[in-house]
Amino acid sequence: MRLVILDSSSEVANWSAKYVLKKITQFKPGPDNYFVLGLPTGGTPLGMYKKLIEFHKAGRISFKYVKTFNMDEYVGLPRDHPESYHYYMWNNFFKHIDIDPKNAHVLDGNAPDLNAECESFERLIKEAGGVHLFIGGIGPDGHIAFNEPGSSLASRTRVKTLAQDTLEANARFFDNDMSKVPKQALTVGVATVMDAQEVMILITGTHKAFALYKAIEEGVNHMWTVSAFQQHPHTLMICDEDATLELRVKTVKYFKALSAVHHRLIEENSN
Amino acid sequence: MDRGTILQFTNCKILRDHVIQKEDLWVRDGKIIDPEKVFFDEKVISAKKFDCLGTLIVPGFIDLQINGGFGVDFSHNTSDSERGLAKVAHGLLAHGVTSFCPTLVTSKPHIYREVLPKLKPQQGGRHGATILGVHLEGPFISKQKKGAHDEDTIASLTEGCKSLLDVYGQLDNASIVTLAPELPGADEAIQWLTKKGITVSLGHSMANLQEGIHAVLQGATFITHLFNAMLPFHHRDPGLVGLLSADMPKDRTVYYGIISDGVHTHPAALRIAYRVHPKGIVLVTDAISALGLEAGTHKIGQMSVEIRDQKAFVAGTDTLCGSIASMNDCVKHFKVASGCSTVEAIEAATLHPAQVLGLHKRKGTLSYGADADFVMLEPENLSVLSTFIAGECVYTK
Repeated sequence: MRLVILDSSSEVANWSAKYVLKKITQFKPGPDNYFVLGLPTGGTPLGMYKKLIEFHKAGRISFKYVKTFNMDEYVGLPRDHPESYHYYMWNNFFKHIDIDPKNAHVLDGNAPDLNAECESFERLIKEAGGVHLFIGGIGPDGHIAFNEPGSSLASRTRVKTLAQDTLEANARFFDNDMSKVPKQALTVGVATVMDAQEVMILITGTHKAFALYKAIEEGVNHMWTVSAFQQHPHTLMICDEDATLELRVKTVKYFKALSAVHHRLIEENSN
Repeated sequence: MDRGTILQFTNCKILRDHVIQKEDLWVRDGKIIDPEKVFFDEKVISAKKFDCLGTLIVPGFIDLQINGGFGVDFSHNTSDSERGLAKVAHGLLAHGVTSFCPTLVTSKPHIYREVLPKLKPQQGGRHGATILGVHLEGPFISKQKKGAHDEDTIASLTEGCKSLLDVYGQLDNASIVTLAPELPGADEAIQWLTKKGITVSLGHSMANLQEGIHAVLQGATFITHLFNAMLPFHHRDPGLVGLLSADMPKDRTVYYGIISDGVHTHPAALRIAYRVHPKGIVLVTDAISALGLEAGTHKIGQMSVEIRDQKAFVAGTDTLCGSIASMNDCVKHFKVASGCSTVEAIEAATLHPAQVLGLHKRKGTLSYGADADFVMLEPENLSVLSTFIAGECVYTK
């Protein structure tokens, strides 16, 4: 596993966007050769999307031959609701870039048959040849996508009933009215993300520090689902200083010593 | 433009949900569409991009009171009404007006019978702005507040709706009737017009505040050129002006037309009205036939009009003979004179007039599903650069 420690969340945004830029550029996507990207929503990746839009506007990257798969979506929430992930993806990313709508996949939480929707999502990923790079964020309880504590590490895309903690945390987005908070979500499973060739996880802020500690210093545990990625051959965790507060000095020093190596990962014109 | 083609107006700011925001405007088949729906449901991308070069896009202006322009007077040009109407409709495109209510001042019954059937509502386009319906200003008004209307032609309303039909003949093409609510028979007339979906506006009136409130409760929703042709504000009886701050049931909003040309309403009066009741303000030009004519002396009908310093005078005198400010000028003047925001200045000429006519889902807004009637403005000075109706460019500077 690689852990890249950066000074601030804006550097995390910058770094991760440059990494995506480099990955897609090196891949040289084309009509018969699509790059497949897994995408998260939420506050943490927002800065990365902004940077990618900048790169696109500057003509440095095209998404014409990129397929995307989003991690999750609420069940039963109108799609034009500002908390819906369709709304998020459209407004924060898709409308600014040149992606073909046919290649942008977001789970439909209003599908008549939710199980069929989840199965078809898994199938579409398989038909696309699997995900090259899955990008994720994590919650303070160490969840990835909506795989909350206790989710099976072998889980696939499915309907998930949300934990009380999550509902309470979400209430602020729904007029602090618990009855308006969606109780279920569709989410990719931990194993769905594990299947990706490479996984990049963004972690910023002190409130995520304990989860980062659980993710990398403790054992693999379904109560901290992000810890599963210790067993993924290509996991890249990008965090800011704040998120390292619960880590041992030794851990931080070790990964910081490797920063020169890590920075080579986003250098242009190198392998 | 082919049916189904999606237009994406980009590199612009747009006025939507009372906010000027950096956003693209998407149009298909003459309507404003939600691009997110198109993206996720139809999975198609815009066919044509239109670079707006950083302009400000706002809904097209709506003028609820305009007597004519470009040498045409709707009330006097009776033999050739259609052509006159078309001429004004076309001329207004350059002012950013995408729909309007041609206005007839107090006239004899035979004039209404001759002219009214010819002033039909009509969808706009390259030929001109959309005609929403006629504004009938009079003849059921107060003789004491006749303004420039002909006293001998003023009619009585004693028999309510029968009086209306006796004078107008038919009301199929009418969208607004201005009347004086203190006239006997006014209650019945207001109720009847409201039921027919015609907006009742109070004006050319001696009504006190009580009579004004009563008229609003009967269904009136608009005040014609506030301050002009009504009792002046008095602190023990504020008259129709008092409707701006009167206690009213919550579901009633009273709108008021105001001529913001820098001549007909003093900036201080404009500010008073606006600050008391900002959500009700509706800019009207109340323009006369000399609107849109060059400086100099013009012979219009029987009258000689001299235009100088952007004002219209009876030729050879210093007597003002009516308003000739364009709607675009009224918006600019209103913003400067009232100190309001750009959003408020624009909404006074777009959203509010649409609300008066109950058309605010379709016109006066850039919300999804609305008609794609809009203007591109120079963002700083709000000058009209181009005008669009149903998504089609109908005027470019």
